[in-house]
Amino acid sequence: MFCEKAMELIRELHRAPEGQLPAFNEDGLRQVLEEMKALYEQNQSDVNEAKSGGRSDLIPTIKFRHCSLLRNRRCTVAYLYDRLLRIRALRWEYGSVLPNALRFHMAAEEMEWFNNYKRSLATYMRSLGGDEGLDITQDMKPPKSLYIEAGCSGAISAQPATSTSQVHLNCNLHLPGSSDSPASASQVAGITGPVSKRLWRI
Amino acid sequence: MTEEVDFLGQDSDGGSEEVVLTPAELIERLEQAWMNEKFAPELLESKPEIVECVMEQLEHMEENLRRAKREDLKVSIHQMEMERIRYVLSSYLRCRLMKIEKFFPHVLEKEKTRPEGEPSSLSPEELAFAREFMANTESYLKNVALKHMPPNLQKVDLFRAVPKPDLDSYVFLRVRERQENILVEPDTDEQR
Repeated sequence: MFCEKAMELIRELHRAPEGQLPAFNEDGLRQVLEEMKALYEQNQSDVNEAKSGGRSDLIPTIKFRHCSLLRNRRCTVAYLYDRLLRIRALRWEYGSVLPNALRFHMAAEEMEWFNNYKRSLATYMRSLGGDEGLDITQDMKPPKSLYIEAGCSGAISAQPATSTSQVHLNCNLHLPGSSDSPASASQVAGITGPVSKRLWRI
Repeated sequence: MTEEVDFLGQDSDGGSEEVVLTPAELIERLEQAWMNEKFAPELLESKPEIVECVMEQLEHMEENLRRAKREDLKVSIHQMEMERIRYVLSSYLRCRLMKIEKFFPHVLEKEKTRPEGEPSSLSPEELAFAREFMANTESYLKNVALKHMPPNLQKVDLFRAVPKPDLDSYVFLRVRERQENILVEPDTDEQR
């Protein structure tokens, strides 16, 4: 049946999980284009016959082939466009330099598209004011909150801690930035002495 | 925003209108624009003056931090503040870029057919980016597939092929000031 190969391309992408880029199916694409060429040529000859020989019974077949051609084109463009979207996502995830494994899955033209996209994005980011602009591919997550949880590492004093009690933190406090993991906050704070476990406003 | 940090040129101007904002008001405006952009299905009006002013403030803050003495706590707090602002600004710009990429033919068409007095939904840099994106994608599709196809099928109308933003999707809105006599018609959608 017509358009089977085109549907196979779509199914292949549909099966691949979000964010993954399967290898470029050059063979599949070539077969779809060949089918389209064959359909078109058949239609051309039939159209000539219908016109000159008065063969109006060929018209339904012509229409059917034309629909198949449109479908093939639609599936092909959808396949290519979806791949572009996945490749675009790679820029935001991996940065400007892609891992080799992914590069092998890309066609040469896709690589070219990727490089053009990278360049376009870089120009835009540089234009955002200041000397170097703003790299909006960083700061993908909101920074940690100002409050950190402090854990008890020493003995707990018998007095109940009130919310207004003063705590003397005799240590170097390093507030977590966006790149630090939450687990390190309590280690880094290195709070010693009797404190109770609660949220501290630093 | 703390008052301890010395701002050079404290008031930021809103371009041609010469609106004088305190830094706190500027950040509030940024956050408002950010939330609106996130919740709206289509690309909203561009706010280049807010972006510019916020970038300026970030630069000032960075400079002040560099000049400040090594008091760990203060410096850390200000640094966190900077990171927060930078996150909001980045997120806002990312959201806009994502919409531009998603609806690129419609965004460009809207810009082309925009009447004279209406403010643009694209900053000049965003417009350049959108145009490059369109040219890049079109030439890619042509080279990989379309030029090998039968002659009558080689043109793909991206304006028809790429879906439009769904303006009928639901949005959340919050009333900021008390209003009397509101008429909510079924076919107007209010986004502010």
